[in-house]
Amino acid sequence: MQAETVKIDGNSSFDFDRVENLLQEFLGKKGMIVPILQKIQEEFGYLPRPALEYTAKMLRIPASKIYGVATFYAQFHLQPRGKNIIRVCRGTACHVRGVSKVAEKAQEILKVGVGETTEDLKFTYEEVACIGACGLAPVMMINDQTFGKLAPDKVKTILEKF
Amino acid sequence: MYERQILICAGTGCISSGSLQVHEALRKELQKHQMEDKVRIILSGCHGFCEKGPIFIVYPEDIFYCEVQAEDIPELVEEYLVKGNVVERLLYKDPVTEDAVTSHQEIPFYSKQKRLALRNCGVIDPENIDEYIIRGGYQGLERALRMESLDIINMIKSSGLRGRGGAGFPTGMKWEFAYRNESDKKYVVCNADEGDPGAFMDRSVLEGDPHAVLEGIIIAGLAIGSDEAYLYVRAEYPLAIRRLRTAIAQAQEYGLIGENILGSGFGFKINIKEGAGAFVCGEETALLASIEGERGMPRPRPPFPAVKGLWGEPTCINNVETLANVSLIMRKGTDWYSAIGTEGSKGTKIFALTGKVNNTGLCEVPMGITLREIIFDIGGGIRDGKKFKAVQIGGPSGGCLPESHLDQPVDYDSLTSAGAMMGSGGMVVMDEDTCMVDLARYFLSFTQSESCGKCTPCREGTKRMLEILERITKGQGVAEDIPRLQKLALAVKDGSLCGLGQTAPNPVLTTLRYFQDEYEAHIFDRRCPAGQCQELLTYYIDPELCTGCRACTRVCPTGAITGEKKEPHVIDEEKCINCGSCAERCKFDAIKVK
Ligand SMILES: Cc1cc2nc3c(=O)[nH]c(=O)nc-3n(C[C@H](O)[C@H](O)[C@H](O)COP(=O)(O)O)c2cc1C
Ligand code: FES
Repeated sequence: MQAETVKIDGNSSFDFDRVENLLQEFLGKKGMIVPILQKIQEEFGYLPRPALEYTAKMLRIPASKIYGVATFYAQFHLQPRGKNIIRVCRGTACHVRGVSKVAEKAQEILKVGVGETTEDLKFTYEEVACIGACGLAPVMMINDQTFGKLAPDKVKTILEKF
Repeated sequence: MYERQILICAGTGCISSGSLQVHEALRKELQKHQMEDKVRIILSGCHGFCEKGPIFIVYPEDIFYCEVQAEDIPELVEEYLVKGNVVERLLYKDPVTEDAVTSHQEIPFYSKQKRLALRNCGVIDPENIDEYIIRGGYQGLERALRMESLDIINMIKSSGLRGRGGAGFPTGMKWEFAYRNESDKKYVVCNADEGDPGAFMDRSVLEGDPHAVLEGIIIAGLAIGSDEAYLYVRAEYPLAIRRLRTAIAQAQEYGLIGENILGSGFGFKINIKEGAGAFVCGEETALLASIEGERGMPRPRPPFPAVKGLWGEPTCINNVETLANVSLIMRKGTDWYSAIGTEGSKGTKIFALTGKVNNTGLCEVPMGITLREIIFDIGGGIRDGKKFKAVQIGGPSGGCLPESHLDQPVDYDSLTSAGAMMGSGGMVVMDEDTCMVDLARYFLSFTQSESCGKCTPCREGTKRMLEILERITKGQGVAEDIPRLQKLALAVKDGSLCGLGQTAPNPVLTTLRYFQDEYEAHIFDRRCPAGQCQELLTYYIDPELCTGCRACTRVCPTGAITGEKKEPHVIDEEKCINCGSCAERCKFDAIKVK
């Protein structure tokens, strides 16, 4: 199917070529919705609605099915996100070692709630279940970097590095 | 020839404590001393002792340095590598005797362990297949290639190996089911979703010894007659995924994966699938749905995956640690393996020991060891001289065991009969400051938000239970809440479709069983004995300790603290909103709760 033949209403400004290109390697294979969504998110930083609708048409499946998958998994985001992603661990080891106070502090400094992005799009604040560095609890990740043995008064200095 | 080898841990824990900077500094410093060709640096996988990271071991002497930072490197190189003087301040110190220990074998954290699945973790460079092979790697596969499928299966059966992913199902039996279901296409799936929040053993095995898992997967394929595998890894484990990709490429190059493995005519392919962040996807039928690209929702069993699995084909699903044991059993033999452990539980189990113990980290112990040995010998007892209260085993599906169970042997059956379960191997230790009602609430809020919503008992039942627990921790509990919780818990356990719902009530049931008095204190006395539940605390100032520095009055948002400068202050209970800001600010520990 050609890119031009797929019509998505009211989104003339959206760059469908970018979606088209990354779909190529997946066409004709089975079980590809999750990897495709991962790729789209890698490309755009989130899942733009037109990209999902376009994907549905290319795969000849209902868009609702793609939305169903996209909203099931914690990894996928339907809104744009900040430049830096903060993931505060809410796992058991971190819970027992008092991550709640660290989480409160981070939210207070950034003035955001869980899943929200700061106004300047610098940080998105998320909470996850276990980063797998429980030996260093309490733990948070910023992008791919892990910070362990946290305390509420360490949060500010760490955030200032970004 | 290298005179020395230095192992620097590059597991996730040590990297976050700065081990890559240590590596960089060491490289530079060796260059400066022109010692690059005398000392070989290996970035290894996890040593388990993450708390004391970055870990830095020098061979052949086996000197164990811990908490090494980049700034320490010039001194370490100059004093130790050049002059041969051990740098005492970087050695491990026994928390009780304060004596410095040089070799890691002398540290109690290691001496009680039996590292089988972790045999290579922290010992080899996980990105170099040769190091795995030198230590006997792929010999199990070689042996298996010369055997009939049923003989491999019988070997695993008689080893007594049981699944390490949760339920403890005998691995050989599972393989036999998949083997007996004839089909042109079969799959092996390795479950590396590791959803238990508070556990990281699979992560460490994958990061530290990826080939051990790959070898186990190929042997499983050979046994059941499959030619393709999927490795389903959590997306939160980017390093594990990267090391697996490297390992697969190297194994392919060596003819250990791909067509016609080692000239045997057997071909095998391994694909990696990244999970996308849903706890329920660790459940096997949900995991299969997720690989197929669907919403990861479980379906009723039977049919079991061994009959109808991935894309409807017979599929054998095993956990990472199970498969890492398989490759060892194939190499070392059944008798050797089944001599370790207890009657019903053979071999070892890896636990992620965390919480309020002195030594947190990964430990692998023979089955049958007691909880006391794990917590007090390996874990070094409770931090800050506090008192042990409970240990939570098995994650959100497991339970909390009190002090009276400390001498209980750790094996599948005795843990289950105590109301906990082996689960994945998370072991979180709690002291007197942990509120058991709040802990039950914590686990339930986890399972409740991870419930996929397909079946009613789990979706609605966990929500109602959570509401009750929240109410109790807020001091609004009523007398009927305890029987109501019990009734709901049993209904959810009996009525749920998959293991998530069937086990979700366990943390509530065990805390009710062993710590009912704490529930009662919350409900009838409006008191949290552990001093954790904010709404139930009363803050007061100890006049003996208060210096009247006024720091607390400045942070109190409601102006509840009054007093003259340099005189003891008091808190007005009417105005206090229990935010705890004052206690955090006080430098003299004068603000207490009751
Ligand atoms: C809610 C739920 C979560 C699970 N999570 C995991 C997991 O993270 N890793 C795992 O290996 N098994 C997990 N399991 C167990 C799997 O369903 C399955 O039994 C296991 O992977 C089989 O491997 P084994 O026989 O080698 O243990 C989970 C089960 C349930 C019900
Ligand atoms: S519980 Fe926080 S990293 Fe595991």
